[in-house]
Amino acid sequence: MVKSSVSEEPLAVEVAGVSKTFNPGRPSEVQALKDFELSITPGEFVSIIGPSGCGKSTLLRLLAGLMRPTDGMVRINGKSALQARLNLEYGIVFQSPGLLSWRTVSKNVELPLEIMGWSKARRRARSAEMLELVELSGFAKHFPQQLSGGMQQRVAIARALSFEPSLLLMDEPFGALDEITREFMQNALLTIWREFSMTVVFVTHSIPEAVFLSTSVSVLSARPARIVKNLSTDLAGRSPSIRDDEEFFRRVAEVRKVLRG
Amino acid sequence: MSLVTPPSDSELAAPVGGRGRVVRFWRLARNWLPSVMFGVALLEIWEIGLWLINPDRFALPRPSDIALTLAENWSVIFAATRVTGFVILTGLIGGVVLGVVMSFMVARFRAADATLTPLALMISAIPIIALAPLFNNWLGITSSRSNQAVVVLMVFFPIFVNTTKGLTQVAAEQVELMRSYASGAWRILHTVRIPNALSYFFSALRITTSLAVMAAILAEFFGGRQDTLGNYISQNAQFTRYEEAWAGVVAGSAMGLIFYYSVALLERLVAPWAKLSRG
Repeated sequence: MVKSSVSEEPLAVEVAGVSKTFNPGRPSEVQALKDFELSITPGEFVSIIGPSGCGKSTLLRLLAGLMRPTDGMVRINGKSALQARLNLEYGIVFQSPGLLSWRTVSKNVELPLEIMGWSKARRRARSAEMLELVELSGFAKHFPQQLSGGMQQRVAIARALSFEPSLLLMDEPFGALDEITREFMQNALLTIWREFSMTVVFVTHSIPEAVFLSTSVSVLSARPARIVKNLSTDLAGRSPSIRDDEEFFRRVAEVRKVLRG
Repeated sequence: MSLVTPPSDSELAAPVGGRGRVVRFWRLARNWLPSVMFGVALLEIWEIGLWLINPDRFALPRPSDIALTLAENWSVIFAATRVTGFVILTGLIGGVVLGVVMSFMVARFRAADATLTPLALMISAIPIIALAPLFNNWLGITSSRSNQAVVVLMVFFPIFVNTTKGLTQVAAEQVELMRSYASGAWRILHTVRIPNALSYFFSALRITTSLAVMAAILAEFFGGRQDTLGNYISQNAQFTRYEEAWAGVVAGSAMGLIFYYSVALLERLVAPWAKLSRG
């Protein structure tokens, strides 16, 4: 890659000096983030891991422009987080699928496209494409309640990717799934990430999950959160079989060590 | 026998062809047959029991006698049922409109929530039937208006409470998701809140149909037109014509069922997913 082109392209995510305080000045005041810094270049898969309640979800909501920082600057693709939200520059997946129970699976996937004003035919075609991607083609006409938790989360991912955003924000998306489903979903996500060549910010509790998926892992401290360490976890030729490699276990142990402090 | 086994999930997804229709028929029969048979058995026990112990026919007529009376007085009872049915229908519509409009106001404006919600709670504390004689005084004892007012008040509260719940208790991540699509309050209202409220609304509407039938007939005991079902039942009971009174009760029950299943049908047309949500 030519160096100049790299510097011209804006960072996918840029967080500088961000603090977030809830209920400032009241007894219930909580400082979730303080002087937080984070830079992610386009195409990276970054996992955010840290003790529970440390402000990981807050960070993701700041990136999504769903919350304003008390202080500091959040930029997505070189724009303010709010502007990026209004431009629909990212897709987001929460821990619970958040599907609309009155819409069929395919109508759920079409939701963002509908809001963006796509024609019906185009929406249909794209939703069929996305459902094929998450291997749910046969379930387009089902209602979400008829699907298992893992299948619902796949629909949520299809929905987030339907308009091909350059950035995908994920807040513990596989946290509620059983181990087998979880590994299946991780493999699927990796395949999708490669295919779409997008940037992923992935909040998780699970160390093996973070190591398996990411090009780098950012380990957060307890509240108020800051990054303790960024670990490169870009394992060469990542494939499902890597979970059994010694290199994989070594990296997991490394992250665990940093987490324990 | 294999046809009676419940259809699997894959069958649910399968296109409805000839086989699908057969499966459907059996499912319907399986759902209905037990309760129909139970009902028939109860009537039989009632009939045969009375025939065996032969008590005073006066106090509890046999089902066959009631059926006969119903047939004999069909035109009078049918006309009375229609009058009362109209009271119920208009009362239901009035109560639903009032409840839904107030729900939207409460869900939208904090000030409305602060003023209207306590008022609604106060109304719910009133034994509404007790107002029937007073409404007669206000709205005239010879028209159906006071009866309609009783039904409106009866229906209003469950509709108001449930619809408000459906409009306001929306999953947080659904709202966040909509905001992530740059959606404002209006879009969130009609894409998320209103569809969410529909299943709550229909649950309430199902309950209120039976409440409305009861309220209308009870209110008619106290006044209103002379040709109502409530009046027919109370007058006949007063003059110890119990078979006629029972025939009136049967007509009232039938009307209740019609209202209930009309709502169920409406729900299926408007919100077919709600049935799934209830599990």
